[in-house]
Amino acid sequence: MDNNHAPLLEMRNIKKDFFGNQVLEDINLKLEAGEVLGLVGENGAGKSTLMKILFGATDISETGGYGGEIYLNGEKVSFKTPFEAIEAGIGMVHQEFSLIPGFEATENILLNREPKRSNLIAEVFGERLDTLDRKEMDERAAKAIEKMGVSIDQHMLINSMPVGHKQFTEIARELSKDQLRLLILDEPTAVLTEREAEALLESIRGMSARGITVIFITHRLQEILSVCDKVAVMRDGILVQEVPASETNVDEITRWMVGRSIEGGASKTDVRIDENARTILKIDKLWVDMPGETVRNVSLEVKEGEILGIGGLAGQGKLGIPNGIMGLYAAGGSVVFDGKEIPLNNPRKCLDSSFAFVSEDRRGVGLLLDESLEWNVAFPAMQVQNRFLKNYLGGLVKWRDEKAIREVTEKYIDELKIKCTSSKQNARELSGGNQQKVCLAKAFALEPKVLFVSEPTRGIDVGAKALVLDALKKFNRESGVTVVMISSELEELRSTADRIAIVSGGKISGILPATSSVEDLGMLMLRGVI
Amino acid sequence: MKAGSNKYTTSEKKPTAIGMILRQASVPLMFIIICAFCIPIAGLSPSYLANEIVTRMGRNSFLILSLLIPIMAGMGLNFGMTLGAMAGEIGLILVSDWQIVGIPGMVLAAIISIPISILLGIFCGKILNKAKGREMITSYIMSFFINGIYQLVVLYLMGSVIPIKHSSIKLPRGYGIRNTVSLLRMRQKLDNLIAINVSGIKIPVMTFIIIGILCLFIIWFRKTKLGQDMRAVGQDMEVARDAGIDVERTRIISIVMSTVLAGIGMIIYLQNMGNIATYSSHSQIGMFCIAALLVGGASVDRASIGNVFLGVILFHTMFIVAPRAGAYITGDSMIGEYFRVFVSYAVITVALVMYETNKRRAKSESSRELRAQQDADEARAAGKGNV
Repeated sequence: MDNNHAPLLEMRNIKKDFFGNQVLEDINLKLEAGEVLGLVGENGAGKSTLMKILFGATDISETGGYGGEIYLNGEKVSFKTPFEAIEAGIGMVHQEFSLIPGFEATENILLNREPKRSNLIAEVFGERLDTLDRKEMDERAAKAIEKMGVSIDQHMLINSMPVGHKQFTEIARELSKDQLRLLILDEPTAVLTEREAEALLESIRGMSARGITVIFITHRLQEILSVCDKVAVMRDGILVQEVPASETNVDEITRWMVGRSIEGGASKTDVRIDENARTILKIDKLWVDMPGETVRNVSLEVKEGEILGIGGLAGQGKLGIPNGIMGLYAAGGSVVFDGKEIPLNNPRKCLDSSFAFVSEDRRGVGLLLDESLEWNVAFPAMQVQNRFLKNYLGGLVKWRDEKAIREVTEKYIDELKIKCTSSKQNARELSGGNQQKVCLAKAFALEPKVLFVSEPTRGIDVGAKALVLDALKKFNRESGVTVVMISSELEELRSTADRIAIVSGGKISGILPATSSVEDLGMLMLRGVI
Repeated sequence: MKAGSNKYTTSEKKPTAIGMILRQASVPLMFIIICAFCIPIAGLSPSYLANEIVTRMGRNSFLILSLLIPIMAGMGLNFGMTLGAMAGEIGLILVSDWQIVGIPGMVLAAIISIPISILLGIFCGKILNKAKGREMITSYIMSFFINGIYQLVVLYLMGSVIPIKHSSIKLPRGYGIRNTVSLLRMRQKLDNLIAINVSGIKIPVMTFIIIGILCLFIIWFRKTKLGQDMRAVGQDMEVARDAGIDVERTRIISIVMSTVLAGIGMIIYLQNMGNIATYSSHSQIGMFCIAALLVGGASVDRASIGNVFLGVILFHTMFIVAPRAGAYITGDSMIGEYFRVFVSYAVITVALVMYETNKRRAKSESSRELRAQQDADEARAAGKGNV
């Protein structure tokens, strides 16, 4: 290779922050034509942001653009929209399908790029009245499918296709673009069966042989090793490793992915695992149909008074567990609390059985955004338990007990250090971290026996994180409330929980004490990933 | 399995293919039964009934066909057509003042109505783009609003600002249009242009030819790039936008096409009636057209040309026979009149409810699949354990 040769893609010193929150730092990456790069990292490591920058996603330019330079074939590029990126020969297959459900594969592959035939009416009224050239469409789609090397029925409607075929349709769409030189595949195998995934890997090899460069994002490390030339590992916005795939192995990659705190080694002092504690909550064969977080056949026992952490990668089903138990999504199986069966698909029954839930969807499910803090804190307790009410005429007339409501709200404002002007302030005006504290206060005010907390620190800053976690721990230790905490951050689970269950592929892949090493937990996370 | 409280247990069986077809065709079937029940009671002669149905097919089909394009673009059952109908009426009022009669009058009225329809369509489309997913109610309310402007124009501006010469259509006070504008010299001119008589049934061939041309146009339009874009936008706006289709513009075009066609359809409708009820002709036309389309088996997101014709036949058969049957049973002819209005609203309500139920059913279907999958997994695991 001569020195003048420019690589197909070069990224230099890529930086990105979202409003001061640094998510990418000094990423340098070089890719040759036909090379296959495996990009791995935990959720939130910055993989998606990096790919969004490369693909010109509009939310990058809307949040102030990025730092550093991108060169494509030696030419400096900076895409403002995905259309510019596509024009330049970059294709991306997203995790969510971008397909028209009632269209055939062919129509989807050539969506908005259909070959057309002109006619008299179109001459007068403009080219949108050209008729579609169905024959040519079939031929081009067939060619793209052939390029992919996996056969799918090009006349099948998308909504009658198995998931894998939808994925292949998306890939064929990218391949049908003649200018395609770089293809980004974002977890394409997540929805595929083993056989289909194998076919996809084969097709990646085929693309590479045709000179198309592929960036392959996946959590299935074995796939990376079998198909990629290079592996790049990201962690906390930094490219921590870039090695040829032939020189590494699954264990090593896992270590790089999760290994941030090996040195720090969060020393755990306060872990209580009481083997003899009574099982307070028994989940048996639970399934939950939560889109994107499907739970399949989960059986789990929660001991009285513990903090059980539930971790796992995004999309593996950890969020489905509390949402299913609390009746927010269709669920089946059995949940036994304190010897009593809890009916599923009925949020009210769960609340009546002294369950409380702090949802990951803080603004949607968690808060009454346009009401005061007092209302937010006291509302569920008022609704569910008839507390903070004064009864008149023998309970016929119920009046809000404003004084009691203010007292309890102020108590929690104080305890959780909620930053607000007064207990009458509207929830919408608070920052994310303080909103989260209000959600906790609301759940605490219910005085539950079991508290489900889902992603308690999502989208809040470091200082607030520590406070929220401390508050949770204190609530558990002082009132003996059993806490089930779901989080994508292993570190957070290790520092707060007593035991950690890891969900992978919708199932529990293992339960370990919180003192276990990050590597052990990481291995569980990647096992059985779908 | 053991969980008795679980509502997704196996008692719910997978719907069979026949069940699916029956459910989809339930509204047309219901109307076939009503008609089959009412026809003998009404005691109308078959030739009278056939004559009436053919006349009404000629009168209404074009208007109903104008609803198809917005449905294709995912804008649902749309009252935007009411705006087009008003434009058509304005065209006809002006033409009858200018004393241009017969077919040339109709053509001129259509030419006048088209720019008005386009303007109203663009306005309507822009507003509906701000109310995605709520097109039906938004366009319904908007048709009341535009009706107010129409009244302003017809009641105050015509005769004072817009010159109106003939006193036969002007209110005695000197401005404003009378309640009824006679189209005597235009009456059924199109229908009679080529009319043949088949065993006592008058067939307005020319009207049917025009309707046929519109059908061919719609079939052809589906094959165009714009038609394909509309279908894409109708099914998933986000995906269409990601593919580079200008979603907003496509939706506006579909509404404009609908209002323009509705304007022409209204002219055809009124030439058959022979007079314009200036302040009420358009007011219920949207609802009756939508009801007829739904009776033909269409739904909020799917409608075909076949639905249009089946709907016209069934809905109007009911219209013709219900008052007679009602009069025969109760001795009061008002009951039939009441029944037809009541049924129109009922049909629309039922169709909307069914649309929502079907959506929900599709959702619980995925739960059921998940459950079945888990059971199968377990059975397999158990099988392995035994071996």
